[in-house]
Amino acid sequence: MLTICPYFHVHQPYRIKRFRVFDIGHDHNYFNDASGTSLDNAWVLRKVAEKSYLPANAVLQELLDRHPEFRFAFSFSGTVLEQMEEYAPHVLETFKKLVDSGRVEILADTYHHSLAFFYSKKEFARQVAQHKKIIKRIFGKEPRVFRHTELCYSNELADWAEDNGYTGILAEGWDPVLGWRSPNFVYNPRDRKKIKVLLKNYKLSDDIAFRFGQKSWEGWPLTTEKFAQWVFAHHGNGETVNLFMDYETFGEHQWADTGIFDFLRNLPSEILKHPDSGFKTPSETIESYDAVGEIDVPHVLTWADTERDLTAWIGNEIQQTSIKALYDLEEEVLRTADATLIEDWRKLQTSDHFYYMCTKWWSDGDVHAYFSPYQSPYDAHIAFMNALSDLRFRLRKTESGNRIIKTKREAARMATQT
Amino acid sequence: MNTSPRTKVLMLGWEFPPHSTGGLGVACLGLAQALTASNVDISFVLPRRINVSHDSIRLLFADVPNISFTTVDSSLQGYVTSSEYDRVMRASGGPGQYGNTLLEEVRRYALLVRDIAKRETFDIIHAHDWLSMLAGVEAKKVSGKPLIVHVHATSYDQAGGDNVNPHTYAIERYAMHEADRVVAVSGYTKNIIVQKYGVNPDKVRVVHNGVLHQSDHYEGKVLALKEAGYKIVLYLGRVTIQKGVDYFLRAAQKALQYEPDTVFVVAGTGDMEAQMLREAGWLGISDKVLFLTKFVGGEERASLLKSADIFVMPSVSEPFGLVPLEALIEGGTPVIISKQSGVSEVLRHALRVDFWDTDEMANQIVAILQHPGLAHQLSEYGREEANSVTWQKAAEKCIEIYQELTGFWRPAVS
Repeated sequence: MLTICPYFHVHQPYRIKRFRVFDIGHDHNYFNDASGTSLDNAWVLRKVAEKSYLPANAVLQELLDRHPEFRFAFSFSGTVLEQMEEYAPHVLETFKKLVDSGRVEILADTYHHSLAFFYSKKEFARQVAQHKKIIKRIFGKEPRVFRHTELCYSNELADWAEDNGYTGILAEGWDPVLGWRSPNFVYNPRDRKKIKVLLKNYKLSDDIAFRFGQKSWEGWPLTTEKFAQWVFAHHGNGETVNLFMDYETFGEHQWADTGIFDFLRNLPSEILKHPDSGFKTPSETIESYDAVGEIDVPHVLTWADTERDLTAWIGNEIQQTSIKALYDLEEEVLRTADATLIEDWRKLQTSDHFYYMCTKWWSDGDVHAYFSPYQSPYDAHIAFMNALSDLRFRLRKTESGNRIIKTKREAARMATQT
Repeated sequence: MNTSPRTKVLMLGWEFPPHSTGGLGVACLGLAQALTASNVDISFVLPRRINVSHDSIRLLFADVPNISFTTVDSSLQGYVTSSEYDRVMRASGGPGQYGNTLLEEVRRYALLVRDIAKRETFDIIHAHDWLSMLAGVEAKKVSGKPLIVHVHATSYDQAGGDNVNPHTYAIERYAMHEADRVVAVSGYTKNIIVQKYGVNPDKVRVVHNGVLHQSDHYEGKVLALKEAGYKIVLYLGRVTIQKGVDYFLRAAQKALQYEPDTVFVVAGTGDMEAQMLREAGWLGISDKVLFLTKFVGGEERASLLKSADIFVMPSVSEPFGLVPLEALIEGGTPVIISKQSGVSEVLRHALRVDFWDTDEMANQIVAILQHPGLAHQLSEYGREEANSVTWQKAAEKCIEIYQELTGFWRPAVS
């Protein structure tokens, strides 16, 4: 038996508007750009919903209706769910309908799509709990399998996941980690027996997610027949083919005119033509197959770039100083018990903010890898630091008993004190 | 492989270091040196400058191997605008030897170059800027060799708007249309050439300038102002409408509200000096703006670049813009550059701003002053990037154009 485990990641950040030094101490809304451009969160969400979420959901609904064997998994960041509730509730309804089929698993995650695990374990745990709550509220489900921001994985994270009752965890099936071993089996993390690891088959996943519309690629055009043959080639030397990708692959990263929706629509029937092939959710995969060995990941492994690390998020100095300045405020922020302030601080933790500050593409000469709503990584950094200065201003104001700030200069000084 | 003679280029310029008033001479030297290093034979024609001893020209000649200088008999100097030329002529006690306007000098230079073009052997004519463009066209007429005009600045940059000098414009336009190729120092300048001069874009090539590493290196000292705890934001360049110093002052006023312990330095001279002094007064920031109204060079310049926390180039229109690269290389100083500049096409580790957006300029100034991580990264990465902007790259692109036009390439040694 060889089964496919499809998993789609759904996420949108709250992008920071062009927040300038003049706004510090005056405007405490960092995420409410309304310009109808790529910094306008409502606009982006509606655009992505039109191009991707709605048509892709329609296809998946059709597939669930047509093939009782078809199943897959979603992960949602809290920030995308919150934005759908606010800006596009009808889109959320189509997701709920899919989940109601009982054949769609939802994975655990951090609410804010953050890198908190590497900066504050306590804050990380709080965000996982917050995520659990919103999944329960919207979908009535309790996730059992954990996936982390950018598919981050390490022994330490696996330990945490097992200790917190998760039965499975997702990771990149990266050759330097696996050596001669195949990603198409189930593993245990190092020294752990209860929790299992599902490894992304990055070759087949990225054939769809990255290469599908690339005419220069030797595999182009990718038909379902061709792809199914590549999957079937693992019969006899694998049990599960884990296809993990961003949900925006469908319609946003690969536009409709590449034929991506037809590909999605036709893939299950093509796979199911093989009598010994099928689909499983991550939980079903974990239950069905025994672990064949342990994988040892002492350093952080992600699904990003050729390095499979976090350098796109925390590789340069402006990224490192911003994220450190943010987590330095943890204690002070939580002490205020001011729900709005705490939530704003958390929304600033979303990994996308740091990704927008990445400059490594420049040295690679690979400009195509870079996507950002800002004109430059430096613009992203400055907007972030100004928002953070305003957050500090609010903290000081709370502490000083809401005393009146007399001058701009005083306000600025208060905001930038560390 | 190929043992035929070297490609010979008749290069027409206007000024050459150290006897030059602007960036044109420096650029010509940088390019000529790099081309020579790539086995191109350059005959660099300059209008002879009165009161310049032949010693100094010979000295340069010695420094620059394989570049032979030919001077023509003219009183020309490297003054870029007609009005400045008039001013200097009056100050020096009367008209020049042959003509009293810059335009007459330009025409005269063109006629003299005809004779040189008849005498010399060469494969290509490469003329720098409008002052030598007519000479380039004349050389093409008598020799039948292909002509490249190399545009370092246009009338539109000088005017800082659409109010251009019609005579200069006419010469530029005529020569660009007569030329076989037009080289622009940036994509920004190429746009102007295509849009304002109606030149076919296929004929225009972008060749970004490089940085010439000075042989006379000055260490520079940290200014007392800096040691006293002030942060320094520097403008260094001519004080003319093209350079946008007025926008710099308006941004300064806004930034000072957040970073009061900062001094804004305006170093350089130009026809807007008095106006800028008044502007600082009107803005109420005279006590925070330091004007060094003179030509700033050598040790003093190095000290400024070394001490500055930020270098700002607020140009309204800047075909290239070398000083930000020098600020990074010599001082490791983070730079803020106008988007209306050519250098913004080659420098990514810089903050970029529309010259008119003084709010954003102030926002960026305050950000660099307040966030050490930002300042440090702009300095480190920016310096590395600036160091990679070389004349060698520019020479390679010029050689490609030479090949295109001559249909061959003849290196001396293969």
